[in-house]
Amino acid sequence: MTVRTMVDVAGIKMKNPVTTAAGTFGNGEEYARYVNIHDLGALCVKTLTLEPHHGNPPPRIAETPGGILNAVGLQNPGIDYFLEHNLPWLLRHNIPVIVSIAGSTVEEYALLAAKLTPDTGIAGVEVNISCPNVKAGGIAFGSNAEMAADVISAVRQNTSLPVIAKLSPNVTDIKSIALSVCGAGADAVSLINTVLGLAIDPYRRKPVLANIFGGLSGPAIKPIALRAVWQVYEAVEVPIIGMGGITTALDAIEFILAGATAVAVGTTNFINPRAASEIITGIYNYLQECHIPDIKNLIGAAHRQEVV
Amino acid sequence: MHLYDGRIIDHKRLNADCYRLTVAAPPIAQAARPGQFLHVRCGATYDPLLRRPISINTVNRKNGSVTMLYRVIGRGTALLAQKKVGEQVNVLGPLGQPFTFDPSYRKVALVAGGLGLAPLYFLLQELNIDDLVFFQGARSASEILLTHNIKQLAKELYLATDDGSAGFKGTVVELFVNQLAFQNFDIVYAAGPQPMLRALCLELKRNHIKGQVSLEERMGCGVGACLCCNVKIGRGNSWVYKRVCADGPVFDAEEVYWDDSANNG
Ligand SMILES: Cc1cc2nc3c(=O)[nH]c(=O)nc-3n(C[C@H](O)[C@H](O)[C@H](O)COP(=O)(O)OP(=O)(O)OC[C@H]3O[C@@H](n4cnc5c(N)ncnc54)[C@H](O)[C@@H]3O)c2cc1C
Ligand SMILES: Cc1cc2nc3c(=O)[nH]c(=O)nc-3n(C[C@H](O)[C@H](O)[C@H](O)COP(=O)(O)O)c2cc1C
Ligand code: FES
Repeated sequence: MTVRTMVDVAGIKMKNPVTTAAGTFGNGEEYARYVNIHDLGALCVKTLTLEPHHGNPPPRIAETPGGILNAVGLQNPGIDYFLEHNLPWLLRHNIPVIVSIAGSTVEEYALLAAKLTPDTGIAGVEVNISCPNVKAGGIAFGSNAEMAADVISAVRQNTSLPVIAKLSPNVTDIKSIALSVCGAGADAVSLINTVLGLAIDPYRRKPVLANIFGGLSGPAIKPIALRAVWQVYEAVEVPIIGMGGITTALDAIEFILAGATAVAVGTTNFINPRAASEIITGIYNYLQECHIPDIKNLIGAAHRQEVV
Repeated sequence: MHLYDGRIIDHKRLNADCYRLTVAAPPIAQAARPGQFLHVRCGATYDPLLRRPISINTVNRKNGSVTMLYRVIGRGTALLAQKKVGEQVNVLGPLGQPFTFDPSYRKVALVAGGLGLAPLYFLLQELNIDDLVFFQGARSASEILLTHNIKQLAKELYLATDDGSAGFKGTVVELFVNQLAFQNFDIVYAAGPQPMLRALCLELKRNHIKGQVSLEERMGCGVGACLCCNVKIGRGNSWVYKRVCADGPVFDAEEVYWDDSANNG
């Protein structure tokens, strides 16, 4: 039986629903030895800012049960460097490239968006309004519905590429943020970014991370992410890119059943550098095994009464 | 770089908490260079989740095996210690930048603190140089390892222990500095705990001696993608964060930027 795995996220045509989560796959080059980049549905790069950023002091990572806390702090070489040095390599692989951006002011988001024109070859812009590891910007924008809308409309007005708002789980009501960014012109949403957390070393008697707090990711957050996708699917019409603790094809299927059109693989890449490839194959096998002709039949199917 | 399920062909306990593990992994054995490491999947479940970075201690290119020397520190290494000969262990590597050698170097010192011994022993085996002095430091005599093998390859071996139960009583850096009165080194290669490397780097700078040190930092991916393992590298007052896993773990001694020290520059 042939099955169809193609999905369309706000005009971003993906041959399968699997992309990489921002910040967990570098710019692709680091993983090209393990994953055939061309096989990915799309690739999302590490968040870029207007100016280069050093990031936070080490230690930046702490392992917790079934997860990790990170406080990288958006270290990146700046958008101009990326466009000149990293993007050309990515574009050679003939897959949609999603560029993640973050600013510390609404104006910075606007200036970043203005650099992302269709003739760059980029397929979409993911707007990070949910980074828990930076003092200015980041989550401050994503945890307030009005500020989130301001950022998204600034980006919307400055680029014609599809705009994806990346949402934080560190809010009281993720539905209201989702509604707000969609009202401001987001073509899609991606969720979740990491969950704010803390680890303390009982012998050193202080936080493990130099930044004190970090963002929790990995299998530990999967139920939170799945719940968020479910809620947002019920609130808005736009496509959802679901992520948070996906380690297997069946995890990915759960996100799609909850309402995601596509999924992103993050922390799992660190444990198994071939994870993204294996998840793509696994989704294909699942569809065949279960006699489901098209992945689209599964999107949000768990909300509906009918049995698929 | 290879992602490889290697069969364990030897696994021995060397003292209270150190083990030597040999895994069949021919492509890794062929490619490995001293200073590089493996990212090891110690468990089989998602807890503990991450791989653990462990240096390559030696390779046997004939039978295609890779040996690691490790200390049980926490959950990951404790799980590794339970693995038996015949079982498989998933390793990713060889990763990172190796030590580099210039043929103009005539006289070389290797300074190992604790299990910093692991990568330096591999370097000792691969360096083809007559005038090589090895300094090994440990907490006590029971933690001094591989002395027999080192004596066969190095011109001299000096030992230091914290408790004086073997060799010099004190740190390996003090021992090394004492020797500077009698010997001049073209280059010093070092690995060990951070305080030891910091002390050594400052001495090298003070004495204008070239050095390369292997740093440790907590890692996520191990392949350069996540930026979790970054440390400050630079000269004078300017530095940038570089990745221990991909730009290191070996860095020039003079380029390691020690935050708490007034001696940069
Ligand atoms: C490049 C490199 C080479 C290394 N080579 C060796 C070696 O040859 N032999 C050896 O015994 N040890 C080596 N280490 C240290 C080794 O990685 C740690 O001892 C090990 O990760 C501890 O894991 P654990 O689960 O037992 O301890 P836990 O304390 O339970 O580990 C918790 C987390 O902290 C990390 N962590 C703890 N200590 C260190 C450390 N010193 N460096 C980096 N991460 C750490 C772990 O990887 C894990 O993510 C090396 C480290 C690096 C970075
Ligand atoms: C080390 C690390 C770095 C990350 N960097 C970014 C980033 O730059 N921008 C961003 O939007 N999300 C970033 N994230 C969040 C991931 O993209 C993802 O939303 C989150 O990790 C949940 O997915 P996972 O559990 O599959 O990792 C990062 C996550 C990790 C673990
Ligand atoms: S551990 Fe991921 S960049 Fe070094």
